Amino acid sequence: MLKVTGVYKTFNPGTINEKKALNGVDLSLAPGDFVTVIGGNGAGKSTIMNMIAGVYPIDEGQIILDGQDISRLPEYKRAKLLGRVFQDPMMGTAAGMEIQENMALAYRRGKPRGLSWGITKAEKKLFREALRTLDLGLEDRMTSKVGLLSGGQRQALTLLMATLQRPQLLLLDEHTAALDPKTAKKVLDLTEELVSRDNLTTLMVTHNMKDAIHVGNRLIMMHEGRIIYDVSGEEKKNLQVKDLLAKFEQVSGGEFANDRMLLA
Amino acid sequence: MSSFFLAIMGAVSQGVLWSVMALGVYITFRLLDIADLSVDGTFALGGVTTAVLIVKGMNPILALVIATLAGMLAGLVTGLLHTKLGIPAILAGILTMISCYSINLRIAGGASNTPLLKADTVMSFLNDLFPALSKTATSLIIGLILTAAVVAFLYWFFGTEMGSALRATGNNERMIRALGVNTDTMKNIGLVISNGFVALSGGVVAQSQKYADVGMGTGTIVIGLASIVIGEVIFGNRFNFAYVLCSVVMGSVLYRIIIAIVLRFNFFTTGDLKLLTAIIVAFALSVPIIKNKVLQKSAGRKGR
Ligand SMILES: Nc1ncnc2c1ncn2[C@@H]1O[C@H](COP(=O)(O)OP(=O)(O)OP(=O)(O)O)[C@@H](O)[C@H]1O
Ligand SMILES: [Mg+2]
Repeated sequence: MLKVTGVYKTFNPGTINEKKALNGVDLSLAPGDFVTVIGGNGAGKSTIMNMIAGVYPIDEGQIILDGQDISRLPEYKRAKLLGRVFQDPMMGTAAGMEIQENMALAYRRGKPRGLSWGITKAEKKLFREALRTLDLGLEDRMTSKVGLLSGGQRQALTLLMATLQRPQLLLLDEHTAALDPKTAKKVLDLTEELVSRDNLTTLMVTHNMKDAIHVGNRLIMMHEGRIIYDVSGEEKKNLQVKDLLAKFEQVSGGEFANDRMLLA
Repeated sequence: MSSFFLAIMGAVSQGVLWSVMALGVYITFRLLDIADLSVDGTFALGGVTTAVLIVKGMNPILALVIATLAGMLAGLVTGLLHTKLGIPAILAGILTMISCYSINLRIAGGASNTPLLKADTVMSFLNDLFPALSKTATSLIIGLILTAAVVAFLYWFFGTEMGSALRATGNNERMIRALGVNTDTMKNIGLVISNGFVALSGGVVAQSQKYADVGMGTGTIVIGLASIVIGEVIFGNRFNFAYVLCSVVMGSVLYRIIIAIVLRFNFFTTGDLKLLTAIIVAFALSVPIIKNKVLQKSAGRKGR
């Protein structure tokens, strides 16, 4: 499904701000894999997501998705294959546009935009049904501007939008981190529901170690631009938070002692 | 009193003719979130192109079509400078504006003024049909027909898939790119349509005033912004998109009326207009912040 080989990325090369963000990442996902990604600040988690999505070009390596080499494709051309939800709830929706308009935009992900009407009657019905599954009452506010919604509502909507058109790969970058615990739980439950309903291949970055252990079938840990730990199946299920902490301690010599990961 | 009425009538018809330009500016300023200064150049480009073509014997309607195309081309230049060469939008617009000045002089054969005294215009066509109509009335009727067509077009276009993607580009560029839209293309399309309408407006204004001047575009962007913000302050950003577009047109008319009234005071001369316009724009754009400050203050007083 996804095959990342030898991907390197250095930001601002040759300057005082030079930063090696990825140091040879190899990652292979089978169809239906739901992988949680953990790692300290600056480990390269967001960067690998951005490389897959094409936000920045890669320096070296190859990314193959669904049999297609997407390593050099511009971001907007990869969109057909990818559903994305960002950490910032403001990022995934257009605040000044209506809920149904946002959904219509997402429904056409990766398709050419022509001069036919931007939203059809049939689509409105479809969107209403989809919104009903969120159980947030948004189905009655379809013509409200998205800017009026709360962060949690926006994030739930973004998630729904990302899966409206089945993506080959779903990229979630700390998509519950900016929400209060109760809302975060709701959005995470929704995530699991949508992923299992459509059997989506998923990469989910999280700082919550419990979530990382309990959600998905595989877990990877990143450190200094590399994947340093990769577990799945029974071994992953039997993991304890303290095992992961020990792992962090081991690779970083204790520097994670006051990382926000401890909060989990 | 009757001279005052005539002045207001003239202002209304001017406002309607210029509103096509304001609608063009609305596309870039409000929908794409770009302050596009090329319009100072493309408004004059439209005027000069129309005037020269009419003098050369072209049908005035066809001349407007060519002028619109010229404006669209100039808009594309701004767009490419910005999206392909990475020049900041403001600067890209300034470069096009400056280039247009030279190009307009070339088109006018080096003359800064191209008169249309005896030539056919869209207005003179209408006057031939209805001789009873006054000059102001013909300009107003032409302006209303044109504005209605432009509003209808914009309402339709921004409801389409492409138009929605363009609005989303101005709203949240990262999001719409993640949804597979080439945002560079959208910005180019927006700049092309915008400058096409601005040039069209320059063309009808030239026909209405019976001359074109290479300097006629100076301050266009500010007048466009004034129309938009006056419309927003008076009519609010409510209801549907058609209402918002009409409020831009009304803003353009109100702007002309305000100017006409100000000029009634003998203290002000036409030379003061640009400064007054700038003050109106600065004031109207800062209304939201001033409002907030006032609200905060009164809330603070209540708190104590
Ligand atoms: N656009 C960029 N320009 C320059 N440096 C960047 C850029 N994006 C990321 N970096 C740097 O690359 C490194 C990896 O960043 P990345 O965002 O991938 O970390 P992360 O694992 O997502 O961390 P966090 O948990 O804080 O989100 C960091 O040192 C960061 O400062
Ligand atoms: Mg990150």
